[in-house]
Amino acid sequence: MTYSAFSLLREALRNHTGWKPAWRSPKPRAEYDVIIIGGGGHGLATAYYLAKNHNVGRIAVLEKGWLGGGNTGRNTTVIRSNYFYPESVALYELSMKLYEGLSRDLNYNVMFSQRGMLILAHSQPEMEIAARTVNAMRLNGVDADLLGPEDVRKRAPVLNFRDDARYPIHGAVFQGRAGTGRHDAVAWGYARGADQRGVDIIQNCEVLDVIVEGGVCKGVETSKGTIRAGRIGAAVAGHSSALAQMAGVSLPIQSYALQAFVSEPLKPVIDTVAFSPSAGTYFSQSDKGGLVIGGGLDRVPSYGQRGNLPMQEAVLSGLIEMAPAVAKVKLLRHWAGIVDVTPDSSPVIGPSGVDGLFLNCGWGTGGFKAIPAGGYLFAHLLATGTHHAISRPFDLDRFRSGYLVDEGAASGIAH
Amino acid sequence: MQQFPCPFCGLRNEQEFHFAGEAGKIRPDTTRKVSAADWADYLYTQKNTMGEVREVWMHSPCAEIFILRRDSVSMAVLGVEQLRKNKP
Repeated sequence: MTYSAFSLLREALRNHTGWKPAWRSPKPRAEYDVIIIGGGGHGLATAYYLAKNHNVGRIAVLEKGWLGGGNTGRNTTVIRSNYFYPESVALYELSMKLYEGLSRDLNYNVMFSQRGMLILAHSQPEMEIAARTVNAMRLNGVDADLLGPEDVRKRAPVLNFRDDARYPIHGAVFQGRAGTGRHDAVAWGYARGADQRGVDIIQNCEVLDVIVEGGVCKGVETSKGTIRAGRIGAAVAGHSSALAQMAGVSLPIQSYALQAFVSEPLKPVIDTVAFSPSAGTYFSQSDKGGLVIGGGLDRVPSYGQRGNLPMQEAVLSGLIEMAPAVAKVKLLRHWAGIVDVTPDSSPVIGPSGVDGLFLNCGWGTGGFKAIPAGGYLFAHLLATGTHHAISRPFDLDRFRSGYLVDEGAASGIAH
Repeated sequence: MQQFPCPFCGLRNEQEFHFAGEAGKIRPDTTRKVSAADWADYLYTQKNTMGEVREVWMHSPCAEIFILRRDSVSMAVLGVEQLRKNKP
């Protein structure tokens, strides 16, 4: 069923009795050509682009819980491509471009709102680094503007312009095409598009072991039985190390909890995304009115998908420094997802080292913005067995060659 | 706020502690030629175990370095091991 003004009107006239489920819930077959482990944004996007752009036969997505129940449903929905190195910009700008056409491509409103993003600079030396970032972004063909304090004040008057501010605002790096999207809709839209193209999406199907025969990955043991496949792709974010371990592979990844917060709904106070590296906090406001607040990683490695108080205090202290007017606003919810952090804060896309098993992981704290590109490039890898030019720099072999894409150090961006 | 046990100071707030890495890694012998793969393994590869982990931690205020055993899912502390040879 195509969603349109006409289908909405038709269903309104017949009391919404004709809507069909957006995807099937099939029983798993014994064998597929390609299995994707992980029914989050990256896994579902991979299935969608595999079915749409490549001719690979039967495809299944295996999800241990429900679709988008991991980090896809736990992030702060920011989409941006304000990176430093050409390799990163090529990757995240591909994602941005795919996001810009995604609602139309999927016939599903992912509510990508290009409301812009401010990265605040709080001193003259920070302004010099901000100018360098803007120049790097422009050289890489991405929109970027260096704003002075008055420009920042016009865009976001709720920010802290008081004389006694601990971090006075000297200006900002502004990317106007950045923004926010509806995270669940991204997962659901890709799921619906993949299902329409014949992909079997199997929920409540946990992978318990990876079958390796003669050094080649041949399938998986799941809570719904053995499923064999020609090629297997893992897109399981914070649990990538645990999954790779099943195939005897160790990864350059450490898993941490990343927390996020949403406040009670307010009247509109900010219509852009504001990030202060000094305060260690960023926030935006959802269409419903809640402030969506995020910050840095927890400092204790963890697989526990829940929040805790030390980082809550740090992030909310930063919020109050950034926007003192919201100090009395009450929190509505607070949660954590488990993110897979690499030594260079860049993702891993490539072969795992075991034939037949491929990895899409290591996105750390920035996986949501990369969903379309991650899916597009991982589909190319799974279909052809070789890298797309944009994913080549993100192969695991960079840790041996030393050709790291060290975005954490380069762009000063909390991932 | 969780508390971790410092062998020198006793139970202290988790914010005072610094995670240094997994325990048991041995630095390559640099008196011989070390392959890129061995360096990469030492520098970057992590067990990142889901469940019981054994890690090197530092209690920043007193600079005591020690081994902490804990559960990476429940976050429970399972044990602490001193590394200093002259125990106080």
